[in-house]
Amino acid sequence: MSIFSYLLPKKQRSAAVAKERLQIIVARERSTRGGPDYLPQLQEELLAVVRKYVPVDPDAVNVQVDRDSGCEILELNITLPENHPS
Amino acid sequence: MTKIVVVTSGKGGVGKTTTSAALATGLALRGFRTTVIDFDVGLRNLDLIMGCERRVVYDLVNVINGDANIRQALIKDKRVENLFILPASQTRDKDALTQEGVERVLNALRDDMAMDYIICDSPAGIEKGALMAAYYADEAVVVTNPEVSSVRDSDRMLGILASKTRRAEQGGGDIPARLLLTRYSPERVTRGEMLSVDDVREILAIDLLGVIPESQAVLNASNAGSPVILDTESDAGQAYLDAVARFLGDEVPHRFLTAGRKGLLGRLFGGQ
Ligand SMILES: Nc1ncnc2c1ncn2[C@@H]1O[C@H](COP(=O)(O)OP(=O)(O)OP(=O)(O)O)[C@@H](O)[C@H]1O
Ligand SMILES: [Mg+2]
Repeated sequence: MSIFSYLLPKKQRSAAVAKERLQIIVARERSTRGGPDYLPQLQEELLAVVRKYVPVDPDAVNVQVDRDSGCEILELNITLPENHPS
Repeated sequence: MTKIVVVTSGKGGVGKTTTSAALATGLALRGFRTTVIDFDVGLRNLDLIMGCERRVVYDLVNVINGDANIRQALIKDKRVENLFILPASQTRDKDALTQEGVERVLNALRDDMAMDYIICDSPAGIEKGALMAAYYADEAVVVTNPEVSSVRDSDRMLGILASKTRRAEQGGGDIPARLLLTRYSPERVTRGEMLSVDDVREILAIDLLGVIPESQAVLNASNAGSPVILDTESDAGQAYLDAVARFLGDEVPHRFLTAGRKGLLGRLFGGQ
């Protein structure tokens, strides 16, 4: 690599951005995989409801189905923004 | 024991057919009786890459429908002993492939033709054709380009492989799936413009079968109708030979992962 490329602005290092975005989306898609078909839709609608009250990220709502000795558990995680007054 | 291998990706145009041709040819070169099947019904392409397009008489759907038997439909490769091609049909009928029909063809290749390996060249997408190509597989090669949409689609395909194969349906768990990263450009990785092989491995979390560099040799090979693995002088040809060796269990170090050496001046001022 040329010494000059170290002087390039950060945005040129697009591979790092690609990796980070992929890690997030892949983790999200894996969490609903194998679950019922309505999960992605459920996630969308929950997000819409939560956003009526709190300005959360699209990634803030996480729905996951766990199978635990015969019974299924629907796990719902909502990350609230840090500076949100509660 | 006959092994059925699916070459798959989700995303289109990443190098499945190039890889299927190379893998099948490489296995045959190592002495295994190998058939490569084109599952891309409607868009026949493997015949061109294998250079046998003018010898196609019958195809996969003809065998499924009983218009021809497997012996009549198989095309024996003229360069490599033990290598056979079963072309795709050009029918536009989406329902031409049936699960039961595919099973009969695979059984005939195993029982009547005594194949060691059957390589299934999957069509793009995650629909019927791709599902059929994967359903009976014992093993998968997931072809991925170092690029966001290809990696994401490969991950989705891994999810499908984990639930939609016969083995998975019968409770036998996942089939082994290995990553083949193709069209890799070490120069661009060094410049931070392309995901590195380690990035992709980390995201997909599967074993690495090989890395195939972006290479002019691939286009030359498809122009000539001769699988690139036969171009043993070329970087891509050698990378595929290594991948076949690894596929068979040999321990071969990965090559073509770093940019070619440059002089000091080139490194200081070239940047690329
Ligand atoms: N290592 C490589 N270097 C350069 N070009 C490549 C390489 N691998 C594949 N290609 C090119 O990429 C294109 C797509 O390759 P190929 O047909 O094998 O992909 P595919 O995944 O089978 O596509 P489809 O999804 O349409 O079936 C072709 O033009 C091929 O020559
Ligand atoms: Mg193809």
